[in-house]
Amino acid sequence: MMRDPRFAVVVFPGSNCDRDCLHVLRDVLGYPAEFVWHEEEDLSGFDAVVLPGGFSYGDYLRPGAVAATSPVVRAVRRFAGAGGLVVGICNGFQVLLEAGLLPGALVRNRGATFRCEWTTLRVERADTPFTSLYAPGEVVRMPIAHGDGRYHAPPEVLEELEQRGQVVFRYVDRDGRTTPEANPNGSLHHIAGLANREGNVLGLMPHPERCSEAVLGGQDGRRLFESMYRWLRDRALLAAGRTR
Amino acid sequence: MTAVTQIPEWEAAGLRREEYERVCALLGRRPNPTELRMFGVMWSEHCAYKHSRPYLKRLPTAGPGVLRGPGENAGVVEVAPGLAAALKVESHNHPSAVDPFHGAATGVGGILRDVLSMGARPVALLDSLRFGPPEDPQSRRLREGVVAGISHYGNSVGVPVVGGEVLYEDCYRANPLVNVACVGLLPSSRVFGSAAAGPGNSVVYAGARTGRDGIGGAAFASEQLEETSAESDRGAVQIGDPFAGKLLIEATLEALQTGAVVALQDMGAAGITCAAAEMSARGRTGMVLYLDRVPRRERGMTPAEVLLSESQERMLLVVQRGREEEVLRAYRRWGLHAEVVGQVTAEPVLRAYDGDALVVELPPSALTDAPTYRVPEQEPQARRALRDADLSGLPKPDPAQALLSLLRSPSVVSKRPIYTQYDHMVQLRTVVPPGADAAVLRLLEAPPRGIALSVDGNGRISYLDPWAGGAAAVCEATLNVACVGARPVAVTDGLNLGNPERPEVAWELAGVVDGIADACRALGVPVVGGNVSLYNESEHGAVYPTPVVACLGVMEDVTRALSTGFGAAGDVVALVGSDRVSLGGSEYLRTLHGKVAGAPVRPDLGLHRRLLDVLVRAAEEGLVRSAHDLSEGGLAVALAEACVAGGIGARCTLSPELFGIQTDLSLFGEGPSRVLVSVPPERYEAFAALCARAGVPLRLLGYVGGDQLHLRLPDAEVAVPVVELRSAWEAYR
Repeated sequence: MMRDPRFAVVVFPGSNCDRDCLHVLRDVLGYPAEFVWHEEEDLSGFDAVVLPGGFSYGDYLRPGAVAATSPVVRAVRRFAGAGGLVVGICNGFQVLLEAGLLPGALVRNRGATFRCEWTTLRVERADTPFTSLYAPGEVVRMPIAHGDGRYHAPPEVLEELEQRGQVVFRYVDRDGRTTPEANPNGSLHHIAGLANREGNVLGLMPHPERCSEAVLGGQDGRRLFESMYRWLRDRALLAAGRTR
Repeated sequence: MTAVTQIPEWEAAGLRREEYERVCALLGRRPNPTELRMFGVMWSEHCAYKHSRPYLKRLPTAGPGVLRGPGENAGVVEVAPGLAAALKVESHNHPSAVDPFHGAATGVGGILRDVLSMGARPVALLDSLRFGPPEDPQSRRLREGVVAGISHYGNSVGVPVVGGEVLYEDCYRANPLVNVACVGLLPSSRVFGSAAAGPGNSVVYAGARTGRDGIGGAAFASEQLEETSAESDRGAVQIGDPFAGKLLIEATLEALQTGAVVALQDMGAAGITCAAAEMSARGRTGMVLYLDRVPRRERGMTPAEVLLSESQERMLLVVQRGREEEVLRAYRRWGLHAEVVGQVTAEPVLRAYDGDALVVELPPSALTDAPTYRVPEQEPQARRALRDADLSGLPKPDPAQALLSLLRSPSVVSKRPIYTQYDHMVQLRTVVPPGADAAVLRLLEAPPRGIALSVDGNGRISYLDPWAGGAAAVCEATLNVACVGARPVAVTDGLNLGNPERPEVAWELAGVVDGIADACRALGVPVVGGNVSLYNESEHGAVYPTPVVACLGVMEDVTRALSTGFGAAGDVVALVGSDRVSLGGSEYLRTLHGKVAGAPVRPDLGLHRRLLDVLVRAAEEGLVRSAHDLSEGGLAVALAEACVAGGIGARCTLSPELFGIQTDLSLFGEGPSRVLVSVPPERYEAFAALCARAGVPLRLLGYVGGDQLHLRLPDAEVAVPVVELRSAWEAYR
């Protein structure tokens, strides 16, 4: 019998969206999910890893910098290398960049203040394991909450990201246009979320877990987790078919 | 060189001569220098409430759902079967005047730990702020610093700031007010307390290490601010570390799960001294503390420095003997310091050892039972004259222009640029975010139930009539909560006044407390805890007496929460509640005429109670679509805000039979217990019947629709496009 895909939600000291992510995965979507402590070095048994938002280790150096050197992130690197799905949300995105799993950096917001508000995003790629349940070019609403979310990278890196289609989410207005007003933090190329070349690691600043239930004002984030689940289940089905 | 005058030792410690004599009498000896400093801090106004305690006894504190009233670190009230909420408000005014960023940040940290001390996980924060006018660069600097400090701590620690208020007056220029309220959730069956019980049990220190910061902070908070404060008192301001604060929350909740913790308390004002004394006194026990076991950040600290340090992010716990390791392990897992630093003793004496030397030997109750003072209350003649001022014959500005000026006024204007700096969504509970009359949080533990929260207070009204100000703060907070459809169940109050040794301030204090007490009693809503901050004075004078009241309400179904804004064209617009208004103390009088004068309306508490009931039932039965409390700026501003929030206009007639013929009073007059509602036409009859049965006046004003706010009055007509209202209301400075 096939096993249900299992989600790990990493807990760093200072994570503060860990409980929220677990709530959505386990209580809202009914997926097997559990916390994994930052000192854990073994992720076997998990099919997907969520690096949640927060202020890991206080973020007093650069956001995510200390977390990137933790035992669990070493394990995440191996896990990703073996093809596991990894999504970093907000501080988790910062960790993925600091760990070198994704290119570029997130710096202080344009305007220098923390911003917590709803944003509209365009789904640039609907063919990733994280976005298969969205339509290509679909405009969705997700909240952000960060002080350091301005995506930055050298021109050649941006060029490459665009050429390879690694930009997954972009800040846009309600009509899907990349206007300056629609960019809440000054991210280059309006980048809100991007994937690695292989497509199994995603980092994004918006919080899909905060918009997975209608009562919280929107549920566009829910399909991100559902896409992951479906992709993992399909992969397992294929694998089961091959071994038979 | 002039001779150095010897300051008496009691004065250096912050005590009066007669207080020192009382200490000697209590001890039967003279206190040693360390003990004297402990008395100086514990008997400060900040810790001991010397001038406010006699008044606070007047507040009603009991109620059917109350599990803990005042006297603990936070009040606790049941919000669902088996589920309770802890709530408390606290001020950090003096530190914020000196260092706005750290002052406000540590204020957040402190109130979080008060709620944590009850065994609750903090789930929401609200901030109530007062500054000088934003045109003043210094006031703006203070505001930016305070908002950044709250944002820094709240965001990092992962507790959403879901609501608040910001008001401006000249009197707050040098002495801003920073009150922060916190709500936490816990199982009703597992409410913790701070009474140190069980002789032989261990005293455990947990959290950050102890340094020299904040020594004498409580005493500093009990003095007037001087011009030189910014420089000389910086050492009295603590520096917060939200990361340590976050770890302390998680580790403490984990430690409480062990079942080995008997009692706990935050080490806040007066540090370990206050925690040890209060915990022992509440448990009618004593404690022995070994100071060399206290984790320290600095070398060479004296026993007095260790005992009085106000270093942040520290808790003191009493743990069952033999089970210490379970508790220590929880803290160490989170990377925090945790040490057994002493024992509970049967003999009610607090002893502290520095190595082998006994440095402190005091009865805990001597530290906690400071004397109280009653100052003769005297209303100043000038205040009475101000209240009796003749407000007829004011110039009559163009009503549309007056409305736009009021919408642009800093106290009325949208606070969005502030609350978007706060993470108000973390923890996934926020159903109604900041910007509405009250925030609504769902209870994940008891769906679809939720709680609603609002914090309110109006210093101008309290200045003109302290009783009216106290009562109005309760009325407004409860009404805001009812406007989203929740039933008010408890309040916590923060009182901010000047120097209580002056008869004028004593009169203000008495009036404000009586107003709160009378209102809470009439409404059946208990005061489950609070905070008093006195000596809010500078050389420019005292702040207005400023009570702020944070109200917690409960609603059966969060999906039935009412919105603030108009929702659908064709809906009936009506005013429900009191007809009584005044320009006294109004925003209109302040903004358009530069006056703070006149007599504010005193609330009709019976009517207010019936109005709360009508709103809650209307929401539960789905009779109304929106509800918005009338506050600063009166009816016209409320209508404009409902239009802007809904993105739709309205057409209303203010008939002379109901509103009289004085245009400024009809449009901008203020009074308690007034709510603007919009009602789907097919439900209007049922809603009107509900109001009639409850004996609450209901006045039909007009209809929702169009793209402008159109008001017809006996001698004026106002028509302003909603886009224009919006751009005025969003003109944040």
